[in-house]
Amino acid sequence: MTVTAPTTDTSIDKYLQRRRRHYWLLAITAVLTLCSLIVDVATGPGQYGLGDIVRAIVSPDDAPRAIAVIVWEIRLPVALMAIMVGMSLASAGAEMQTILNNPLADPFTLGISAAASFGAALAIVLGVSLFPAASELLTTLNAFVMAMVASLLIWLVSRLRGVSVQTMVLMGIALMFFFNATLGILQYVASAESLQQLVFWSLGSLSRASWSKIGIVTAALVVTLPIFFFAGWRLTALRMGDLQARALGVNVGRLRLTVLLCSSLLAATAVAFVGIIGFIGLVGPHIARMLVGEDQRVFLPMSALTGALLMSLTSIVSKTLIPGVLLPVGIITALIGLPFFVSLILKSRREVWG
Amino acid sequence: MSLKIESLSVHFGRTRILNDVSGLEARPGELTALIGPNGAGKSTLLKSIAGIERSTGHISLDDTALDTLDIAQRAGQIYYLPQDITSRAALSVFEAVLLARRTTHKTDRRQDLKRVQHTLQTLELEQYAERDLGQLSGGQRQRVAIAQAVVREPRVLMLDEPTSALDLHHQLQVLEWLVALAREQQMIIVIAIHDLSLAARFSRHMWLMGAGGKVCAVGAPEQVLTEERLREVYAIRAHVEWPEGEPPRVTPLAATRQLGMQGREQDF
Ligand SMILES: Nc1ncnc2c1ncn2[C@@H]1O[C@H](COP(=O)(O)OP(=O)(O)O)[C@@H](O)[C@H]1O
Ligand SMILES: [Mg+2]
Repeated sequence: MTVTAPTTDTSIDKYLQRRRRHYWLLAITAVLTLCSLIVDVATGPGQYGLGDIVRAIVSPDDAPRAIAVIVWEIRLPVALMAIMVGMSLASAGAEMQTILNNPLADPFTLGISAAASFGAALAIVLGVSLFPAASELLTTLNAFVMAMVASLLIWLVSRLRGVSVQTMVLMGIALMFFFNATLGILQYVASAESLQQLVFWSLGSLSRASWSKIGIVTAALVVTLPIFFFAGWRLTALRMGDLQARALGVNVGRLRLTVLLCSSLLAATAVAFVGIIGFIGLVGPHIARMLVGEDQRVFLPMSALTGALLMSLTSIVSKTLIPGVLLPVGIITALIGLPFFVSLILKSRREVWG
Repeated sequence: MSLKIESLSVHFGRTRILNDVSGLEARPGELTALIGPNGAGKSTLLKSIAGIERSTGHISLDDTALDTLDIAQRAGQIYYLPQDITSRAALSVFEAVLLARRTTHKTDRRQDLKRVQHTLQTLELEQYAERDLGQLSGGQRQRVAIAQAVVREPRVLMLDEPTSALDLHHQLQVLEWLVALAREQQMIIVIAIHDLSLAARFSRHMWLMGAGGKVCAVGAPEQVLTEERLREVYAIRAHVEWPEGEPPRVTPLAATRQLGMQGREQDF
């Protein structure tokens, strides 16, 4: 072995091919998501042609008035909300898994969704009547504060020595039970009107989507995704283990805290508007990891897109599974996600996670 | 032009892991071997030099105190290769090595890729470039970790038992190459290693640590590795030979304490 070796292009070429393959997969997933969005808009009680729907989306003035109103006021908000919420939950899940070095971490399993939903419920039962105008923001804010409290708890536990993957998940489950119990108390004291809203939260539903809510969820994505992207190399380095990440010059403690707070923000805004939706944050990143690996430059966008696609497909299923009945999406994701979760627990002992 | 350590101490809570370590120096262009029994504090010492473990005392590189640098700057100068390489991240070998380079070097992309490829070729890892880290054997993963260290082109390299999982062929190959690398790049390389024959053969300078985080001896291998000292620090009876024209030989003969015989120190 010598210090200098002849240079040919083979492994660089293979690496560049791999990257091109990853970009193709991203593009394909993006196109599928767009198709799913259109089908989602086209699905519903009134049967309209796909052509009418597309025309109503692209140039609402030329489409029949009734269709344009239904598309823009009802269906498009729901369909877009599905996409935005899917992105939020899957990005949050992807980064939580990365920083906690734990394949079972996502807003739902760590109890952050439950915390956020408790915060939202608190706002509804106790506070909103005081500021009716600011109700949406106040609900989000409360959800956010509770999600932060939960994630700080998790952060503190993750800093203890010798905390295993399983312990973290058990801790999350404990948080979930705790916040569900407090939610139960709220439901007990709530008025009939707010009770109905609380039930909506615990099941997870897209039916209350509106443009202003989409705006807030999008704003959370616009704030956090650039932070994740900017920290991309450092986040990938974290997957080499704490010690090696620090040797590579990563301020591990600070990165972990920043990213955990950002992920909680994403989870909190999603939960505040659509209630608890489980497992998207688990399944999205898992599929992304199988397709493109864990290099954050592709892993993060792939997780976000997979989450969006899954959520959009779920939205379609929720309308078509029982014709004429709109099922809460949270129920569907839970039914699909649970077996997946169990298989992941059984597998995680030997796989990618050391 | 060297790395110097004076009055370095490390505490974990109330326990003192490194106890006023002084008089250590490592020069560029040669290998410095760090030896000592389990738990002596070798890893702790290397980590504190790299700034990964919090310590008190003076560590200087070319007469610049290292604690004036922030984490990223320090990591650009010094790299610590951890003792246990366990990551099974879903990254290809190429991606993992590129990652190690890109976390400090912000140079032109093409040049980084060339550097990665070159490093993989030199360590005979190019055939695994496409494999995921989880699909490698322990020894292969350790060589990838060495590639990650070298591809950063640091001025100072702290290698914590980098050959512990390698077969004899790769141990010799890697150590020979590290000697050449230190010489050609004028790099400061400190290597913690348990095989005393190999340590004596490939290093020019040695730091011997004993129990309680103390330095027992510093100097050329011939001065440090004596039979009395091995008995004292390692509790072994050993035969040390420096044959003319052949590699030095440290032959361990017997442990001076047997397991299950506590309190009855055996003297040979
Ligand atoms: N995180 C820790 N907390 C407390 N003690 C530790 C910790 N890490 C190492 N030690 C102790 O510090 C001493 C030195 O450890 P280390 O530097 O790993 O030794 P070596 O690398 O020479 O085998 C050992 O006695 C070990 O038990
Ligand atoms: Mg050690």
